[in-house]
Amino acid sequence: MRREWGVIAVIFNEIYGCYYNTVAKILQQAVQGNLTEDMVDKIVRENAFAESVLTIIPALREQKWQLLNDDFTTPLKHTPSMPLTNLQKRWLKAISLDPRIKLFGVTDKGLENVDPLFTADDYVVFDKYGDGDPYDDEHYIETFHTVLRAINEGRKINVSYTTRRGVPMDKILIPQGIEYSEKDDKFRLIVYSKRECGVINIARIEKCMLLEKHGCKFKNQFVLHDNYVVLELIDERNALERVMMHFAHFEKQAERMDSRKYRLKIKYSPMDITELVIRVLSFGPLVKVVEPDDFKNLIKERLIRQKSCELDRN
Amino acid sequence: MKENLFLAYSELIKNFIRVRSYMRDFYIYGFKSRDEFDGRSARSYDNERRRIESYLNDYMGFRNTPSGKNVFISIDSRNCRRNPLYKAFKSKSFTDGDITLHFIIMDILHSPEISLTLNEMSEKIDAEYLLHFHKPMMFDESTLRKKLKEYAGLGLINAQKVGQKMYYSRSPDIDISAWTDAVDFFSEAGILGVVGSCLLDKLNGGHGYFSFKHHYITNALDNEILYQLFEAMHKKRTVRITVYNRHRNENTLLDVIPLKIFFGTQNGRNYLIAYSLRMHAIKSYRLDFISSVTDMCDAPNFDELRGRLEQYRRHMWGINCDKRKNGLQHIEFTLYVGDREKHIFQRLEREKRCGTVEITDEHTCKFSADVYDLSEMIPWVRTFICRITSLSMSDEALERRFKHDIKLMYQMYGICDENGG
Repeated sequence: MRREWGVIAVIFNEIYGCYYNTVAKILQQAVQGNLTEDMVDKIVRENAFAESVLTIIPALREQKWQLLNDDFTTPLKHTPSMPLTNLQKRWLKAISLDPRIKLFGVTDKGLENVDPLFTADDYVVFDKYGDGDPYDDEHYIETFHTVLRAINEGRKINVSYTTRRGVPMDKILIPQGIEYSEKDDKFRLIVYSKRECGVINIARIEKCMLLEKHGCKFKNQFVLHDNYVVLELIDERNALERVMMHFAHFEKQAERMDSRKYRLKIKYSPMDITELVIRVLSFGPLVKVVEPDDFKNLIKERLIRQKSCELDRN
Repeated sequence: MKENLFLAYSELIKNFIRVRSYMRDFYIYGFKSRDEFDGRSARSYDNERRRIESYLNDYMGFRNTPSGKNVFISIDSRNCRRNPLYKAFKSKSFTDGDITLHFIIMDILHSPEISLTLNEMSEKIDAEYLLHFHKPMMFDESTLRKKLKEYAGLGLINAQKVGQKMYYSRSPDIDISAWTDAVDFFSEAGILGVVGSCLLDKLNGGHGYFSFKHHYITNALDNEILYQLFEAMHKKRTVRITVYNRHRNENTLLDVIPLKIFFGTQNGRNYLIAYSLRMHAIKSYRLDFISSVTDMCDAPNFDELRGRLEQYRRHMWGINCDKRKNGLQHIEFTLYVGDREKHIFQRLEREKRCGTVEITDEHTCKFSADVYDLSEMIPWVRTFICRITSLSMSDEALERRFKHDIKLMYQMYGICDENGG
């Protein structure tokens, strides 16, 4: 029998939708007898989409959705809730089979008879680097648990680690968060020390000890957008799509110069400059750095060195 | 159909395909004006733009250019702990009856111990929930039965026949509070992360301790398609996919047996690797180019085909394993490694996906490989520009082009000699 799975839309389903979630929050207040008109407005503005106030509030007030009386009481008797769906259970089961799950100290209790949504046989990450973190290593797992606990409890840590250049370090740091790179398959601890933000590969940490609370509050860690590079590209060999996709994860602005020529401005963290130089080089002559000069010079330097290799004579 | 032109704008949508396409264009490109959205009416453009603006208010930008106003979505995924594009999945439209019934059914069946027949539920809905409204809604048995059946399919409720009667009860729940950090992480770095995003809604948003580098958030838009392909693999089925053909600029219907998904972390592209019934070969299809998946029939040779793909993988650099070209292609190149550049040896080992690295002396190493498609390796080889001392490929035209490209780069940056080299 043929069927269009898209019609069933298992994931794209209203039960997971923003409106259902928002209405559940409104009804929760109504069940408790706390709901007011202002509160309805506030809940919708905080939880739904920008224009949802134009839909949700009238639908409830005009009793198109018969869930709320005129006096903001509800015929519901219990706080709205919904059990996990099959999809959600199957997804949890699938992630419980991922090697990285050991970092989170959870078990598949309650999911024993659930079919995973996918298994390792169904996919491959074909271009990730081969020296990812050791997710089976007990010391690594313990370190991960300690830093996660430190972040959760707002505590300082004393860490001993060896830098990439082999220098041993012992520092008291404030852990801010954990960054994961899908390409490197590595977790990095984002730390704050002496007004500076830095990263330490968790796999490099030899010792990690929990200390007292630090009392600091953080916002986003990598607000380091002083650096930018402007690229120009000619849309040959499908370069436009390839370049746009490749750099899609950066904050960027694209502009069309003429029918085949495009300009792309990318903002990046100074920590990533070498990586970005290499990534620009990977596009060969399809991409040209136009500014700033210091970035352009990094590309030039590599080309000058390449020229000295006399590849065309070999 | 004419009256559809006058339908009022709605923030919610019935079908995800159109918004998926617009979001991708706004996010990936961001330089197209309204007139450049091929085959789409101005009204359609305005509605989709308004919706996306409503979902992603903070991330939308506008720029006025001579060709018109350009709309773009600009997000640095490294500074964004939650993928904002998941919001689009939470915009499915529904009827007044759907939402009313949803909350009432879940309220009546508030505990797994409560088990009721259709009639009992119907009576409760009328007497205890709707009676006091000015104009009470009427749900006939068929509507209620359909909704209960749908919810049983989703796993929200159990339907159990006792004698001649069907009894409905709430499915037992699982306490997932201990999963908060795991869900937080896998909703971004895991597969089908949108499911995790919906779980985070249940967990009050999670902690947000994780951030992500090299994170291609736009792949989230393919989650529904991805789910359908996993289901096909799970059930070992043949499917009919609608794929956009870039060269012909048209959609094509293809019957394929999905074998594996190949996720790319370096260029934002993910692929379905499937056996094509028309080409009699294992081929790759961009996930973002697939707009529908239709279940067809059993694929009895699924295991054999997947085993064949596993064997091919030893020589796959990327996603190509088309043996019909010229068999395996060979590449060899040597690199100069300076005194303080020993990390280059590690780079080669870490980044190679097949092939061998040979350290020939203190300052030189050689990489060689046999792959199905050498052109897939070229961007990687270029990352070693500044130290490539020799290079040979069995595909001579490709080798010539590689070397010519380097000369073009010398010209581009003004470091070429009199002969242009």
